Amino acid sequence: MLRATFKSLLSRKLRLLLSGLAVVLAVMFVSGAFILSDTLGRTFDSLFTNAYDYTDIQVQAKPKVDGGGDGGAVPANIQSTVVGKVAAVPGVAKATGTVAAEGARVVGRNGKVVGGAGGAPRFGINWTGEDQLISLREGRGPQASGEVALNAGLAKIGNFKVGEQVGVLTLEPKKTFTVVGIFGYAGGRDSIGGEQTVAFTEPVAQQLMLGATGVYNVIDVKVADKRDLTKVRDALRAEVGPSYQVDTGADLAKKQSDQIKKALSFVTYILLGFAAVALLVGVFLILNTFSIIVAQRTQELALLRAMGASRRQMIGSVLLEASLIGVVSWLVGLGLGVGIGSGGAFALAKLTGIDDVAGVGVPPAAWIVSFVVGVGVTILAALLPAFQASRVPPVAAMRQAGTADRPLTKLTAAGGVLAAGGGGALAFGLSGKAHDNTIWWVVGGVFVTFIAVALLTPLLGRPVVSVLGRLFAWSVAGKLGRRNSARNPRRTAITAAAMMISIALVTGISTIFTSVSSSVSKIVDQQVQADLIISGQQTSAIPPAIDPVALARVRALSTVDAVAGQAYGAAMIGGKSQFVAAFDDQAAAARILKLKPKIGRVDRLGAGEMVVDEATAKGRGWTIGDQVTIQLPRGEPRQLRVVGTYPSGPGAGGILLSWPDATAGFRTSTAVQAYVKLRPGAVTTAAKGEVDRILADSPEVNVATREEWLGNQTQIFDIVLTIVQVLLGVAMLIAVLGIVNTLVLSVLERTRELGMLRAIGLRRGQVMRMVTVESVVISLFGSLLGIAVGAGLGAAVVRALKDKGITELSLPWGLMVGYVVAGAFVGVVAAIIPAIRAARLDVLKAIAYE
Amino acid sequence: MTLTMGGAHRPGATRQSGAADTSGAAARAVDVWKVYGSGEAEVAALRGVSVGLERGRYTAIMGPSGSGKSTLMHCLAGLDSVTRGEVYVGDTLITGLGDRGLTDLRRDKVGFIFQQFNLLPTLTAEENILLPLSIAGRKPDRQWYDTVIDTVGLRDRLRHRPTQLSGGQQQRVACARALVSRPDVIFADEPTGNLDSRSGAEVLGFLRNSVRQFGQTIVMVTHDANAASYADRVIFLADGQIVDELREPTAEAVLDTMKNLDTMAAVA
Ligand SMILES: Nc1ncnc2c1ncn2[C@@H]1O[C@H](COP(=O)(O)OP(=O)(O)OP(=O)(O)O)[C@@H](O)[C@H]1O
Ligand SMILES: [Mg+2]
Repeated sequence: MLRATFKSLLSRKLRLLLSGLAVVLAVMFVSGAFILSDTLGRTFDSLFTNAYDYTDIQVQAKPKVDGGGDGGAVPANIQSTVVGKVAAVPGVAKATGTVAAEGARVVGRNGKVVGGAGGAPRFGINWTGEDQLISLREGRGPQASGEVALNAGLAKIGNFKVGEQVGVLTLEPKKTFTVVGIFGYAGGRDSIGGEQTVAFTEPVAQQLMLGATGVYNVIDVKVADKRDLTKVRDALRAEVGPSYQVDTGADLAKKQSDQIKKALSFVTYILLGFAAVALLVGVFLILNTFSIIVAQRTQELALLRAMGASRRQMIGSVLLEASLIGVVSWLVGLGLGVGIGSGGAFALAKLTGIDDVAGVGVPPAAWIVSFVVGVGVTILAALLPAFQASRVPPVAAMRQAGTADRPLTKLTAAGGVLAAGGGGALAFGLSGKAHDNTIWWVVGGVFVTFIAVALLTPLLGRPVVSVLGRLFAWSVAGKLGRRNSARNPRRTAITAAAMMISIALVTGISTIFTSVSSSVSKIVDQQVQADLIISGQQTSAIPPAIDPVALARVRALSTVDAVAGQAYGAAMIGGKSQFVAAFDDQAAAARILKLKPKIGRVDRLGAGEMVVDEATAKGRGWTIGDQVTIQLPRGEPRQLRVVGTYPSGPGAGGILLSWPDATAGFRTSTAVQAYVKLRPGAVTTAAKGEVDRILADSPEVNVATREEWLGNQTQIFDIVLTIVQVLLGVAMLIAVLGIVNTLVLSVLERTRELGMLRAIGLRRGQVMRMVTVESVVISLFGSLLGIAVGAGLGAAVVRALKDKGITELSLPWGLMVGYVVAGAFVGVVAAIIPAIRAARLDVLKAIAYE
Repeated sequence: MTLTMGGAHRPGATRQSGAADTSGAAARAVDVWKVYGSGEAEVAALRGVSVGLERGRYTAIMGPSGSGKSTLMHCLAGLDSVTRGEVYVGDTLITGLGDRGLTDLRRDKVGFIFQQFNLLPTLTAEENILLPLSIAGRKPDRQWYDTVIDTVGLRDRLRHRPTQLSGGQQQRVACARALVSRPDVIFADEPTGNLDSRSGAEVLGFLRNSVRQFGQTIVMVTHDANAASYADRVIFLADGQIVDELREPTAEAVLDTMKNLDTMAAVA
């Protein structure tokens, strides 16, 4: 008796543990996200505090064009006269004009940029001598224009020695310098935060980093008395006016730290996304576990009721159990969250080249939010089963124990209403009547339909499971397993719903991204007539540049018909940041990119002229002949006249400037990308080889054939898809737990039956097959439904994006097949433990089981 | 015909003598001991039981609660292993067979009827009846199947699920299930324990019929003297040993014997 009680408790413990695991995962991701961003935050805070430790005040010119995406804002230059003005302000002890701009890329011995893409910034500065922060370790500071000093961090990564020659890419193409010194920072550091720094003589730094001599981008101010810091700052602000930015070292540290934290927040969002999925699936799992426990204990509960326990007591007892699971899972999850949070922060910091990572800490937000997620959600999910428990009538104690399924009418009605609503919203959205709100109607419809399907799962379960089961009905074990899976449609459905949700999510997202990806590549493929494309990988704030000399040599090749070199960047038009581009050969560009004029001309552009695509023209209200004021990163605002418009499309778009305007106003005056059209009959691979050799001295740029380049264009979508698959992995893991949970219970419930089957001659292997078939049928049902729902709703969103140029609907067939296979696999994996339990059952005990 | 084997035999030696004794028994126990637990908690449920169950006969096993009836039956049916001694089903020595061998033996040679009907709720009556054959992958003999169905009188209930049948009907389905594969021997543990007297009588009559008409061998554990009177032979167990036996019993004779056992126990 005691043994039986203990056993049932143990078996329930396993089930509670399984459902608790979902909560653990959710809490882990949520707290991990908070801890990660907190740790990184503290790391960067201290890093920048160190960096600006010896800075009193800095004066910078406000950038002429906002950052708006590409490479951040371009630093504006400060005329040297301003330095004198600053120095004259009372309280200022010393004002030094300095150059400190990102974008000095040192080429390593392998011909590639040292440190590769991403990672820490690469600064180019003017050598102002040693000070509190900077001290030489070897050699001396640069004195001639061909000399540079490197920071010790850079020297270590690139293994550079004093006396060596190095190539450096700046605003200008590669130039070679002699390393004359290596310097470090206060506190014996090689770098402040993993950054690479190249120090030039002042005129060289000005020319290469700022594009003009006699200018600076930062004025470093030392105050006479530190106590007057803010007073001096305010005085400086008044003196230099609103086109300058005056900050104390502390202000700057905070600003920069905030900026980096914002840039890294995507990691937090990914983790929170994982948490959301874990939670969504976890709710089903908890709901299922408690419904099962309540159903199983019907007789016990009825007995309690018969003996006078109140409904409130019944609800209380179930909720107490839920709270216990919640609290335990929360604590375990939080522990794991600290692990992935600080581990992730450490990895990310290392990746950015930072060595001093802040210590482990759990911010209040992590405690609170994870508690709400862990305990709150568990209790919430247990609420419904708790009410079920309270509704068990006392007479049930007298009845034969049996978990007869309640009718599905209420659930079906609710699901039906929601399905109608969601379908209606979808139809309205897709009919085009919602105009600008189309996407919201569609997304809303998708969401509601999604919930409706989840509610209708039990109803759909009956026919689908019966059909699916037929696949396995060739053996007795299969037949029995199939019958078992159709036994509790509600339980089967809730179990399958977890699977359905995760697979529907990824199928939906995959459908959208595959469609976007194929739409983009189709349009680009139609539009871009180039045979070879020269483009580069951005490794710093300065875009990769193609050496104009090299480009001229490509043009001169006998196999080359035409070359259109392209430069692009941000501009301010009418107070808004806007992406603009220019070609060094507009006629070639019009031919290669199939630019056809709608009005006016697009194949010729003189200085002071521009062309624009129709949509932009319409949005800005421009017509042919209009004068438009454009502020480029460098120089004064320009007046440009619209001379032509061309049809809009995702392939080519936006505003095209003349090459003279662009080279004068963009940060770099070289092409960033180039489209090459070959003469008829030219061999592409041979031509590619020739171009490749010409580009040997441009380490950041590569030449690709049209096919290779098209593949690269959609690479970003592949990355998103990969993240989505990882998300699926997490959700699947939880779905597995759900199936295990249900199966373990089913095996327990059917102990007597299993005993009888074993007694009359069902072999152990057959028992295992029977349980496995049940499991696979449930998970296949979930995955098939998920694929159908995900593909359907994903297709709806794609349809709604038709106006945005997403014309292709392409379903991710490969992935979908993969999901079904994964679903079947999950079913098999989930069945392992329950199947072994079922097979190991002691026949005699099973028969005597009460 | 009780085989009395004296003393503690080495299993190897008994096997020889047991195999030589072809008594025509459907199942035999030779000096079977069954001990549960060890040390302080040791319980000997069977102490040297030797018995042969004749083919084509209806044997009842009786005895006070805890006397080892169910244990003996489980050992004979290949559901449980014996601590010492040997068990034969037909001519097969089942002692020492592995799980797979025992499972196949039960599937092919043994039928079961349990006290608690034990039907699969997901299957119809007909599917339940045919289950042992399906498991074995054998085709039912149509003629025999029809005979069985008619004997149990369930023809109009074949499409029903167990929950739609009364207890007596369910037990008749269980009987049909045991019969349909024509096992060497059918074991029934208190088959009427959960039935009212009328349904019980139906089932008992039906079991006796299958012995008389079809030559089926049946072994039934029961507490009910009236039920035992349907049998050809009653074996009495007390404290894990066979203490008495009756042939062609009447209910009165069974009751008398039981009373004697009780007084003997009281004296002891
Ligand atoms: N698994 C077990 N572990 C320990 N002792 C057991 C076990 N099964 C049975 N026994 C003991 O063996 C003895 C015989 O049990 P058995 O079930 O065979 O009796 P029974 O004659 O069928 O009794 P009843 O008429 O009450 O069913 C009893 O003393 C019982 O306590
Ligand atoms: Mg018994």
